[in-house]
Amino acid sequence: MDVSLQQTSAMDVKPPVTSVGVLGWVRQNLFNGPLNSILTIVVVLVLVRIVPPLFKWALVDSLWTSSGAACKATTGACWSVLTHNARFILFGFYPHDQQWRPLCCVILIVGLFLYTRSPNRWSKGLAIAWGVSLVAMGILMPGGVLGLQPVEPGQWSGISLTLLLSLFGLTVAYPLGVILALGRRSRLPAIKAMSVLYIELIRGVPLISMLFMASVMFPLFLPEGITVNKILRAQAAIILFTAAYIAEVVRGGLQAVPRGQYEAAESLGLDYYQKMRLIILPQALKIVIPPTVGILVSAFKDTSLVVIIGLFDLLKTTQVTLSNPEWMGFSTEAFLFIAVLYFLGCFSMSSFSRRLEKALAR
Amino acid sequence: MRHLVKESATDGMGEAARVPFWHDPAKRGMIYQIVALAVVLLAGYWVFSNTQTNLRKQSIATGFSFIEREAGFEIGEHLIDYSAANTYARALWVGVLNTLKVALIGNLLTIVLGILVGVARLSSNWLVSRLAAGYIEVLQNIPVLLQLFFWYAIFHEVLPYPRESLAIAGSIFLNNRGLYLPVPVPHPIHAFMGIALLVGLAAGFAMRRWAVRRQELTGQSFPVWSASAALVLGLPLLAWVAGGAPTDLEIPRLQGFNFQGGVNVSPEFGALLLGLVLYTSAFVAEIVRAGIQAISRGQTEAAMSLGLKPKLVLTLIILPQALRVIIPPLTSQLLNLTKNSSLAIAIGYPDFVAVANTTINQTGQAIEGVALIMVVYLVFSLLTSGFMNWYNKKMALVER
Repeated sequence: MDVSLQQTSAMDVKPPVTSVGVLGWVRQNLFNGPLNSILTIVVVLVLVRIVPPLFKWALVDSLWTSSGAACKATTGACWSVLTHNARFILFGFYPHDQQWRPLCCVILIVGLFLYTRSPNRWSKGLAIAWGVSLVAMGILMPGGVLGLQPVEPGQWSGISLTLLLSLFGLTVAYPLGVILALGRRSRLPAIKAMSVLYIELIRGVPLISMLFMASVMFPLFLPEGITVNKILRAQAAIILFTAAYIAEVVRGGLQAVPRGQYEAAESLGLDYYQKMRLIILPQALKIVIPPTVGILVSAFKDTSLVVIIGLFDLLKTTQVTLSNPEWMGFSTEAFLFIAVLYFLGCFSMSSFSRRLEKALAR
Repeated sequence: MRHLVKESATDGMGEAARVPFWHDPAKRGMIYQIVALAVVLLAGYWVFSNTQTNLRKQSIATGFSFIEREAGFEIGEHLIDYSAANTYARALWVGVLNTLKVALIGNLLTIVLGILVGVARLSSNWLVSRLAAGYIEVLQNIPVLLQLFFWYAIFHEVLPYPRESLAIAGSIFLNNRGLYLPVPVPHPIHAFMGIALLVGLAAGFAMRRWAVRRQELTGQSFPVWSASAALVLGLPLLAWVAGGAPTDLEIPRLQGFNFQGGVNVSPEFGALLLGLVLYTSAFVAEIVRAGIQAISRGQTEAAMSLGLKPKLVLTLIILPQALRVIIPPLTSQLLNLTKNSSLAIAIGYPDFVAVANTTINQTGQAIEGVALIMVVYLVFSLLTSGFMNWYNKKMALVER
């Protein structure tokens, strides 16, 4: 009797309003202690100074479809610079009536990536789909077959060039990086020394010096009469550069495979190639999937450097648009748009990598 | 019987000696290495001979004799005297110094900002920690080159002309020509203040060693940090007061279309520094956060249960362990900043790569130019990683 009475009364008493609900959350997370209270107030004051004017500039006072001249008269953001030039910024000098081709490539890649984001959908079929779509990209962009109008590599520009450079860069650099990593772990001194030299040399210099090498030195390296177009040369530089970073990541994976695995493989009488192919690499490469995605993110960001050697990637087409007298002076808007594109791409990849890391750690 | 066994054993050995060389790991390894070396050397020779032919055909000079010739181009910013009449060597040296300037200032600011944001990310204040998380995510995921362009565009398109400069406290001016800061009017006492600072630093170090030894011998502690802070700040201040406390500032003034006097941070340098520091500090913040989180809570609790004060818990227990986790990735980020400073060329700050690029364009000696760029950055990399390795070794766990 007594017990039940106590129970009901205990249930009737509610926790104080200041420790639950919105108020409780605010007390707990924003005003727990004098320092935090001051911090909260200062931050809120600063945000009040910054956010409303920014909101007014970006949305309230902004123009979306006006001409450049009308934009110059307003105090708001001029998003018209994007709506008027979207096709050029995204696809650059690719022939106007053929721009469905790079668009298809972009949709294909983005769609596949979104599908790949959840590891439980991974299968052999997906890997084949990736391979097929890379091949499709390699056919769609240059054309010349299947009745597609041929398009000079010089006209590849905008977002498709960015995607092309980073995806093909990683695809070719990956096996190269694995070989370099194996070379660095090799017992053969000459092979080890060459791998270490290559990796450390490349990692010690900025990508821009490799790109300079591609643009001004590669032509001198080749025999007379053989010329390679600028995009391929830049691609080669990106591959050589990325391979060194992949090698370091893969080396981490190789070191993380327990010694017993190596010894067990050897005691089964497997030779070096069997040991690596069947036992070590499958484990090592699985461990390094998250950092490899990280490298893809940096490769994606780094392709923007090809601007400096005059390739027309996303950043360069934007700059070209901004050099048009009608749209001069709206860099902030244009760069913000490009930044959002890059952010969406990189953020989705890096959050994917983090999720993978958690999933694989389990 | 014994004899027999022995014989069969020798028999076996004889067979081993007759193993064909492609089944002998040692010999096979030798062959692989020779083949690999030969391929690399042949490829190298092929490239070399092609290059020789091409250079001869296009009559491009080779060798580094060009660095003694007159450069003939101006450089916008230089830390040492330079004019177009100087040699390429001097021009390149100006470039190196400009790179070092942005790398040094940038790395210092990055460390400070990175630690601040990293600690803010761990704050129990929801607003602060969310803002820090947003800062980290946004800045990490936008290419640094785009950020440089963005800040450069802000300088050029958003900031006002010198006549309508944004003024802070009537002595700091911000306009599309850059940032103008006041500097103290040169006074002989400044040299003495510098010496006092060095003396203070040296005394601080000496005191720290003495305090550590005394604590080991007697167990008595000494407030090293506050005492050395007093020395480092107090001695120059004392020198300043002794010199009559000169407070004259050279304040930038608008003359005609531009500001004169004070110190000018050019839009190129400002945009480069801002872009590099914001981008890299986002990575440093993540490293700092991970480093602090890597120390288990038990460490703090154990230290507190030993009766250490919170400040000592931090300096004796948490920081030494966290730094061990933080230093290696931090090194590579600082190196990244140094390497990324080569993007200066895209916004027109005359760093080493920009100067070397002009040199390449003028002399046509691409190979020498690119080689110089690579060597200079390799030296930076090796020096930084050498220093960090030394520091790392000093900080590393000494196991029994």
